[in-house]
Amino acid sequence: MWEFLQTYGPRLFDGALVTSAQFVLAALVACVAALGAGLGRLSALWPVRSLAILYIELFRGTSLLVQLYWIFFVLPLLGISLPKFEAGFLSVGLNVGAYGAEIVRGAIQAVPKGQWEAGYALSMSPAKRMRRIILPQALVLMLPPWGNLMIELLKGTALVALISVPDLMFVAKQINGATFRSAEAFGAALLIYYLLARFLITPAMRKLEQVMARRLGRA
Amino acid sequence: MDLSAYPLELPEGDCPMVRFMNVTKSYGQLVVLDNLNLDIQRGEMVSVIGPSGSGKTTVLRMLMTLETINGGVIYVDGKPLTHMARGGRLVPADEAHLRRMRASIGMCFQHFNLFPHMTALQNCMEGPVQVLGLSKAEARARAEDLLAMVGMLEKKDQHPSRLSGGQQQRVAIARALAMRPRIMLFDEVTSALDPEVIGEVTEVIRTLVAEHDLTMLMVTHQMGFARDISDRICFFYKGRIEEQAGPEQFFTNPQKERTQQFLRAVKDAD
Amino acid sequence: MKFDWKWDFAFEILPRLLRATLNTLMAAGVGYAIAMVLGLVFALALRSPWRLPRAVLGEVLEFIRSTPLVVQIFFIFYVGPQVGITLSPWVAGMTAIGLHYSAYLAEVYRAGIEAVPRGQWEACRALNMTTRDSYVRIVLPQALPHAMPGMGNYLVGIFKDTPMLSVIGVTELMQAANSIGSETYRFLEPYTLVGVIFLALSLPTAGLVRLGERRLRRKLGL
Repeated sequence: MWEFLQTYGPRLFDGALVTSAQFVLAALVACVAALGAGLGRLSALWPVRSLAILYIELFRGTSLLVQLYWIFFVLPLLGISLPKFEAGFLSVGLNVGAYGAEIVRGAIQAVPKGQWEAGYALSMSPAKRMRRIILPQALVLMLPPWGNLMIELLKGTALVALISVPDLMFVAKQINGATFRSAEAFGAALLIYYLLARFLITPAMRKLEQVMARRLGRA
Repeated sequence: MDLSAYPLELPEGDCPMVRFMNVTKSYGQLVVLDNLNLDIQRGEMVSVIGPSGSGKTTVLRMLMTLETINGGVIYVDGKPLTHMARGGRLVPADEAHLRRMRASIGMCFQHFNLFPHMTALQNCMEGPVQVLGLSKAEARARAEDLLAMVGMLEKKDQHPSRLSGGQQQRVAIARALAMRPRIMLFDEVTSALDPEVIGEVTEVIRTLVAEHDLTMLMVTHQMGFARDISDRICFFYKGRIEEQAGPEQFFTNPQKERTQQFLRAVKDAD
Repeated sequence: MKFDWKWDFAFEILPRLLRATLNTLMAAGVGYAIAMVLGLVFALALRSPWRLPRAVLGEVLEFIRSTPLVVQIFFIFYVGPQVGITLSPWVAGMTAIGLHYSAYLAEVYRAGIEAVPRGQWEACRALNMTTRDSYVRIVLPQALPHAMPGMGNYLVGIFKDTPMLSVIGVTELMQAANSIGSETYRFLEPYTLVGVIFLALSLPTAGLVRLGERRLRRKLGL
């Protein structure tokens, strides 16, 4: 195993870098989509709400792999041609964003009614009230489930290998195809994913929770 | 823990139903029971009173083997409960021994702990069928008798969620009695009840005392009730028995300062 | 190329896709059944009094939950023959999915069991019930309604994960669409229909799960 890592380590590392890039970009897409759809779901305007619901149910009701293939293979037929790297993180981001939208919505609705009323009594505009009073409090509430969702996001990025994005899984598959040392190749990949999840993402999310809680005076 | 000083079995002439011998219980640094020595005779009804944190509930829970022991030995009907004889010595009891000994002890809880997914009747049948191996018919007959005794026969097919606190507690008593224990433990069984239904439950316990020769240990805040039906009152303070006496003597002529303080405080609260 | 939906082509490939859907459903069903049983075994094992096996099992399950299912599928499929077990794509896929989801369900079961009030355990002990009877007759029936939302979500989830089996050649829905695509060079209709079929199956299932949970609560008198 050790000499395997020495020989193929660099390639696996490159794959992990691509995975990390996919992760960060997909996370950004997911956050924006989740915020937009979560707020949209609560909008008083019927068309906005419907659009949000449509997005959420569509992306939650179908499989990520199906969405990935659709965005990469079918969208070009409709005129939107995305290179595979972009198609990758966009699909993953939109998929996870749909789940995130429900978390955002739940968190906003969990903020005590009194807070809305206080903002109203201070004559704040709805936008300002949302931005300065509700969202900060909702943010603390939504962080724990977002932590889990971020792990799901990381796992989702593995699928982009199937449209030939050279991420960690792609590299592992390549090495497996060349050397047939499946246990080492896929085992190493699994281990790296695990390390990323357990020792980078989870602690980072937990730290974020602590920081946010402290800023809200709740720690 | 040196167990050589403890007998493997209590001798014929000195065999109370329950004996706590130098029993200690602590949670980390906190000592809850401090070298407790307590005998309860056959058929005796003992009320245990005292401020919260005095260790009185722990006494019951240890007897029911819900808590482990840190020092000393508890004997039930002459045989060790918390320990067992192995090769001429006492060693901590294993699960099989505990199960054998536990068969003669029953308990009712402050929050009833009825099984919510079963009717009152099913609650009372569960133990006899699953543990004692009675047939469903026998268990049903026994359960119905007991439910009738506690005045809950007509509600036998109701789920606990449909019953008031007093009703649930009465079912809980029937459930415990269905196992035919020799010792009954009551852990603050009226503390979670609305005042107007406390009477239903105390009536049942009163009947039990009058008509059966069960050995009973009751932790309670109901002073009047304790005075009426008990053979002995035990006042606990900080893990030790501060004072114990027959009810008349205890309530009219308490000896210790702390007992007097406690009784005064309880009277004021009434 | 432009948006060029051909209805007759869509109807032509539909039967093949529906047949593959059956395969997908079977894969999801079998996988979930494995996960339900294995998950319960794990959940109970996590409550065992032996600290070391418990900690190790906990870490292993955490590992399975935190790593991509698709890589686990590859691992099991390719490593199997190397340790002497030849696995068909079907069996390898089922094993991987069953194992992956059993790790999730173990968490769900565990949370459900811990939601049962401690007083229930104490009542069981007061009645001198065995641990087995306490679990089977008292605790698990009360844990079930708590576990149902999670179990339902993962049922829908496992169904949506079945396309991953296509990567090792299992003939399910995604694979059928891929085949059609590479045979006819038309991807629009196959992939869109696959999406529609997924929606048509997962949305009502999610609704049924919610319904089932409500009914179970009522039946158990909780």
